[in-house]
Amino acid sequence: MQRWQQYAFFAVWLVLLASTPLWASNYIVRLAITIAMFTALTLSWNFIGGFAGYPSFSTAAFFGLGCYVGALSQRAGVPMVLAWAIATLFVGAFAAALGAIILRLRGHYFAIGSIGVVEVVRLLVSSWGSVTGGGDGLNLPLLSGGPNAVARIFLLAMILIMLAAFLTTVWVDRSRLGFGLRCIQQNEDAANMVGVNTTRYKIIAYTLSALFCGTVGASYASWTGYIDPTESFSILMSIKIPVMCLLGGPGTVLGAVIGTAAFTLLEEVFWVNFLDYNRAILGAVIVILIFFLPGGLLAISYRDIAGRVAKLSVWRKAPA
Amino acid sequence: MTSILVAEKLSRNFGGIQAIDDLSFALIEGEIVALIGPNGAGKTTLVNLLTGVIRPSSGRIRFEGEDVTAQRPFEAARRGLARTFQIVQPFPRMTVLENVAAGALFGGAQPSVAAAMDIARELLEFMELAPFADRPASALTLAGRKRLELAKSMAMRPKVMMLDEVNAGLNSSEINGALRLIRQIAERGVTILIIEHLMKVVMSLAERVLVLHHGRLIAEGSAANMVRDKKVIEAYLGEKFARRFTVEAASG
Amino acid sequence: MGQLQTLVNGIVLGGLYSCLAVGFSLVWGVLNVVNMLHGSLIVLGGYITYFAWHSYGIHPLLALPAVALLMYLLGYVMQLSMINRVVSQPVLTTMTLTFGLDLILYNFMTVYYSATPRRITLDLGALDLGGIAIPVDRLLGMLLALGLTGMLYLVMRRSRIGRAIVAVRMDSAAAALMGIKVDRIYAITFGIGALMAGATGVIFAMVYPVTTNLTGTYLGKAFVVCVIGGLGSVPGALVGGVVLGIIESFAGQAFGPQHALTVGFLLMLVLLVVRPTGLVGIKGYE
Repeated sequence: MQRWQQYAFFAVWLVLLASTPLWASNYIVRLAITIAMFTALTLSWNFIGGFAGYPSFSTAAFFGLGCYVGALSQRAGVPMVLAWAIATLFVGAFAAALGAIILRLRGHYFAIGSIGVVEVVRLLVSSWGSVTGGGDGLNLPLLSGGPNAVARIFLLAMILIMLAAFLTTVWVDRSRLGFGLRCIQQNEDAANMVGVNTTRYKIIAYTLSALFCGTVGASYASWTGYIDPTESFSILMSIKIPVMCLLGGPGTVLGAVIGTAAFTLLEEVFWVNFLDYNRAILGAVIVILIFFLPGGLLAISYRDIAGRVAKLSVWRKAPA
Repeated sequence: MTSILVAEKLSRNFGGIQAIDDLSFALIEGEIVALIGPNGAGKTTLVNLLTGVIRPSSGRIRFEGEDVTAQRPFEAARRGLARTFQIVQPFPRMTVLENVAAGALFGGAQPSVAAAMDIARELLEFMELAPFADRPASALTLAGRKRLELAKSMAMRPKVMMLDEVNAGLNSSEINGALRLIRQIAERGVTILIIEHLMKVVMSLAERVLVLHHGRLIAEGSAANMVRDKKVIEAYLGEKFARRFTVEAASG
Repeated sequence: MGQLQTLVNGIVLGGLYSCLAVGFSLVWGVLNVVNMLHGSLIVLGGYITYFAWHSYGIHPLLALPAVALLMYLLGYVMQLSMINRVVSQPVLTTMTLTFGLDLILYNFMTVYYSATPRRITLDLGALDLGGIAIPVDRLLGMLLALGLTGMLYLVMRRSRIGRAIVAVRMDSAAAALMGIKVDRIYAITFGIGALMAGATGVIFAMVYPVTTNLTGTYLGKAFVVCVIGGLGSVPGALVGGVVLGIIESFAGQAFGPQHALTVGFLLMLVLLVVRPTGLVGIKGYE
């Protein structure tokens, strides 16, 4: 796909999502919020998992921390949007500090370390009850106005965050940072030898992968008005996000967007109809994805498929 | 005639094994030096030490007068210390052009991706790889990949280039091509340290030879002198070769 | 509780943990696949045991060999048909695949068995050794666990299959050149992993409640044991298991039982950074 085509696609999609309050039901508006939210999370993950190729499962930790820092700030009287900014900065700093330590690991060990982080943070938050409310969770001041008006505000918020994440992705993709990350992903030792400061680049990627998660977490907390450790630090989220990225095509500009859209829509259809089996279906989707779509949806050569279909119709027109 | 790269009493051990033992030498700017010795002598370990991949157990390394003993590999690259790998290390899914541009962008400190690509194109012409510019690096033959390694290293604007058995796996005509390229690189002012097993390459290319055995420098001198050195013959060359070379040299 | 009692508790727990982790460690070390299904396989073994006991009155000890065989076959088939396709792929792919399979297994177990904890009550009482109390069921569990682990160790050391597995673990390309059918070894190893998981499930069913809520906990402990003890070796799993058991025991005493797991994870994180090789095993850079 040409660059301008990618941007156009995204722009159309963004407008579609943003305009849902005008033409769709409240259910669809909520779905749009979810899609925007997860797209931002997936675009974030793409920096460390797609561009740099480090399989991080830390998304839940960043999201959860964003929820809590945002919530605690708001409860302390900080205005909502400022609370989101504080959460973003906190989560970014956390990721930078953590990254300096954990990015020395590679492959499976990095993956496990990144999962361990989620678990430890969750357990710490659960235990520090005096500050975080522990297992009982935290309540936040809700915005005034009916749920639909409030939903529109948060739709706008999530879409803006998604846009920010997308623009950052575009910038990284074209910059020397993106080039360097791709080198790291394909051959880290060679990247070092060629002059890439791999440590610094990896930390930057890991921090980028956290920043917007913090913002999303804080705004999600503001929207729902209540958070607790189990939901905020759900490992399932840490798994779904990479899967969405894999589905679309990791390391690309549009992959996260397409993958999230496809996955979320699929999930809605199945979840609504097969509530009891929704995990199994998610599992099946993952298995199918891995076996049949190794490069994600973007890697399928649609021209190839179109060509094959064309050949079939030629056959049919052959004289008897 | 300035020393551009100096090793002072370098030592490195791995557990019980002394891989490099009290090694000192200097590379003069602009010369071509060959590093030879039997397998396991420590040649690649030495290059790893000089480029910051591993740290010496003791000793110092100076580059252009500056103490660089504790440098990290990417710092070595940016300073102008380039090396190729025995087993080639490309970025497999990037194109040949992008591979070379990587060297220019980072080691060669080009200000932008576009500028790096321009430098890369020039270098591909020089390395006779231009027809393959847009193919993935993994599609090249071994000889092509070796030339890509060279191109990538050149893109880093190196002052010193360390070639680790760049001719391994190449046939005779490919080797002649490689020799030609190396000479052209040297003409551009790059100091070259070449690890080689092929004596014909060493003889035709090197002004000076360093001989390594069990991590120690056992001989140092011109190619002709080194062939006559008893220690070198014993450790590495073998009597037959030494005799044959002396005969050939005598007959001109 | 005296320190000695805590220590003994820890050692008994450690024996159980070694058995829990050894199959997981082997699969990881040999196939380089992190088997996210491991926790669920343990619970599956537990459920089968529970229902054999509850519906047919079969004692867990009798059920053990049958469950072990069943799980071995399940693992073997699963590896050959699915996991083998991704064995050489990057970490994200293999972990995500096994996680996906785990989701399916987990879901079916939850639907079929429901998450209500099931208990097998054996009422065996407790031994008193010089003031130290050891519940008999746990002791029995530990002995069985150690016995199984020991058997596995002998198989790895003495049998042809065991040597072949070790060879593949060290260098699969070289092993293939020696005439070893690497795919078959992978399938056997994964089968063994599933077998040990199932057997652990049987043993645990005698001591702990069986519920799908514990799959994540078991998996987490397997990770920690591997990081502590090192990958792919039976001695490593033993060392790791016992260390984790002792640490959890003391941490539980000092901070309360709900924090025992956190301490384990923290230890794992620290070790990952400081000494990924573990106390016994291979280097942690892939």
